[in-house]
Amino acid sequence: MSNSFLRKLIFDEKIRSLVVQTLIIGIFALIIYLITQQTAYNLEKRGIGTGFGFLNMSAGYDISIRLIPYTSESTHFRAYLVGLINTLMISICGCFLATILGFLVGIIRLSSNWLFRNIAYVYVEFTRNVPVLLQIILYYTILLYLPKIKQALVLFDTFYITNRGIYSPSPIFKDGFSIVAWSFVIAIIFTIFLKKYFKKKQEQTGKQYPIFYVNSALIIFTPIIFYYIMDMPLDFDHPILKGFNFKGGMVVRPEFMGMLLGLSIYTAAFISETVRSGIMAVSKGQREASQALGLKNNLVLRLIVIPQALRVIIPPLTSQYLNLTKNSSLGIAIGYADLVHGFGGISLNQTGKAIEIMSMVMITYLTISLTISLFMNIYNKAVQFKGNA
Amino acid sequence: MSSSISFTHNKYYSWCRNNLFSSWINGIITILSIYFIYEVSSFFLNWTIFEADFVNNFRGEKITDRTFCSKNIEPGQHGACWAIIIVRFHQFIYGFYPVEEAWRVNLVYGLLPFALVGIFFDNLPFRKYFLYFTFLFPFIGYFLLYGGAGLDVVGTSKWGGLLVTLFLGVTGILLAFPLSIILALGRRSKMPVIKTICIIFIEFIRGVPLITLLFTANVMLPLFLPEGVRPDNLLRALVAVTLFQSAYMAEAIRGGLQAIPKGQLEAAQSLGLTYWQSTRKIILPQALKISIPPIVNTCIGLFKDTSLVLIIGLFDLLGVGRAAVADIDWAKLHYEVYVFISLVFFIFCFGMSRYSLYLEKKLKTDNS
Repeated sequence: MSNSFLRKLIFDEKIRSLVVQTLIIGIFALIIYLITQQTAYNLEKRGIGTGFGFLNMSAGYDISIRLIPYTSESTHFRAYLVGLINTLMISICGCFLATILGFLVGIIRLSSNWLFRNIAYVYVEFTRNVPVLLQIILYYTILLYLPKIKQALVLFDTFYITNRGIYSPSPIFKDGFSIVAWSFVIAIIFTIFLKKYFKKKQEQTGKQYPIFYVNSALIIFTPIIFYYIMDMPLDFDHPILKGFNFKGGMVVRPEFMGMLLGLSIYTAAFISETVRSGIMAVSKGQREASQALGLKNNLVLRLIVIPQALRVIIPPLTSQYLNLTKNSSLGIAIGYADLVHGFGGISLNQTGKAIEIMSMVMITYLTISLTISLFMNIYNKAVQFKGNA
Repeated sequence: MSSSISFTHNKYYSWCRNNLFSSWINGIITILSIYFIYEVSSFFLNWTIFEADFVNNFRGEKITDRTFCSKNIEPGQHGACWAIIIVRFHQFIYGFYPVEEAWRVNLVYGLLPFALVGIFFDNLPFRKYFLYFTFLFPFIGYFLLYGGAGLDVVGTSKWGGLLVTLFLGVTGILLAFPLSIILALGRRSKMPVIKTICIIFIEFIRGVPLITLLFTANVMLPLFLPEGVRPDNLLRALVAVTLFQSAYMAEAIRGGLQAIPKGQLEAAQSLGLTYWQSTRKIILPQALKISIPPIVNTCIGLFKDTSLVLIIGLFDLLGVGRAAVADIDWAKLHYEVYVFISLVFFIFCFGMSRYSLYLEKKLKTDNS
């Protein structure tokens, strides 16, 4: 009896895998039990309670870069929100800039001009083989060597470039500006329908319509017309030097600029490589065939090469966006008030709630990562070959 | 007429014609590029070499602090002041390791290539013995660096600079390697429990930034462990780095596993090999071979990411550099320090990326 059971245990695959899995679950449960016991003991000994009650307590520190109102009396949860918004802001701006720069460099890398493409090659090799943290610190240092506020560099009489940030006029929206904004939105929606209509017409009649010019004119001129109809409902608050600092206007802090430059210059090097390999993956025959059909060079690029290259580019591009978002956590090194710096750093030190705070920060990053993957997967599906499944 | 014909036959001329001046626009771009290269390289060469100080300043005095730097004596006239690197060279390479014990670090640096060469070149003679050495190396290296049994003990708090960077990079990679194979196999396992655990682990680690893992290891590891066990800061960072690297490496290896045709496993099983036999002898050798280039790419990433440990207060290469910049005697020599550190990282990472390219080329010719 016991012999046959042992025999089954060793030679029957189903039973064997069942036993192995039960064992593993048991071991994991034991480890988790031991760790929680030990942690509870350690926490009690240090007099640190558990729970998320601290989120409603006053944080007691200030954050200089913020998009929503925040003072040192605000709660820790408010600090979390400020940090989250700052993380999202730098990630979105960084991805945007890195994409533009990356596509530009990727196309230059394919230039027929030997010197030009090798300048891009040197840029790519030098930026992607040096840690992004070092680059962020380096660009931040350069920004700190800009002139002091008293000797600010003035651009077009409106922008002041200093070592405490770039000061620019801030817009003041008067009554009726919302109508201008809405007209802009409606113009964009209208152009989408117009484009569909023109396309349908083209398929029916074969006649080509100047879609691009009509739509650009609509998008540009509609808000301008409404702007004048509504009697120019926009004013600017110019920064004015008072004492040791500027009053009024907007400021882009060097911490933000340093992060933005570091992240986008670094990530752009990787994006340019994916763009280059994506364009090279489109077979030469495609290009030659479309040229044989009489398409002009820019149309070959727009209609034939880029749509096919995008299919190759998007999956690695997604992982670059994810990397950039994760690298935005390096703001702590130069004092950019992101999620890790404010909430994960100062709040943690003040409250000692390491487990609660670190798990909140990690879950937030996981959520951001999964959201980016989700949207890029949807976009990826949209550009892949139809009916290829 | 005849001269122009002989001119076009010149291969340099035709190369320039095709690659630099194929059209009007290309010609303009070429000229602008030459101007750009001239400006950048003349500035950079002047700053780094021709107008720079090394040991003595322009008056011939030995530079002992920043006030002796030529550029601080005559602002705007001189280039870099490399004396900060020369004076602190020991710190950059060994950290705060005692000077009289530095030979131990040198010995480890010297043995390192022998430990790695077996992994990197598969046609090496006596490769088996080199691989044995690779597995022994972490223990030998740790003994040499840490001491004990006759050698003076040098605590990890005294380690720093390139030593910490290489220690975290190399040890992290070597420790993560077996773990990542298990994770990659586990992710393809038919047992749902093992598969789920591996997927959750890999995706969790890949979804969060390394800095949060370092924080967690730094703050939470002491909470998880009994009171007597207090891993020091470097070991905590090593745990985080190893787990991080194993998740990324596992994905690289999974790619290799997926590329192996199913017939290989079926053939092995029909010969009567068990799962472990066929995995060890048939599947893994083939899968690892094709996944080495992506593995090397994750290693480059990890090597750069070791610089993050400065945020949790360790003195790696960049950490030592920041400390050097903060020193009042040498303050405001940021660019010299950062350029030097960039160069060190660049040499290592560029070398690894060349190696990965060489492998990719070799694999392509092997398969055709």
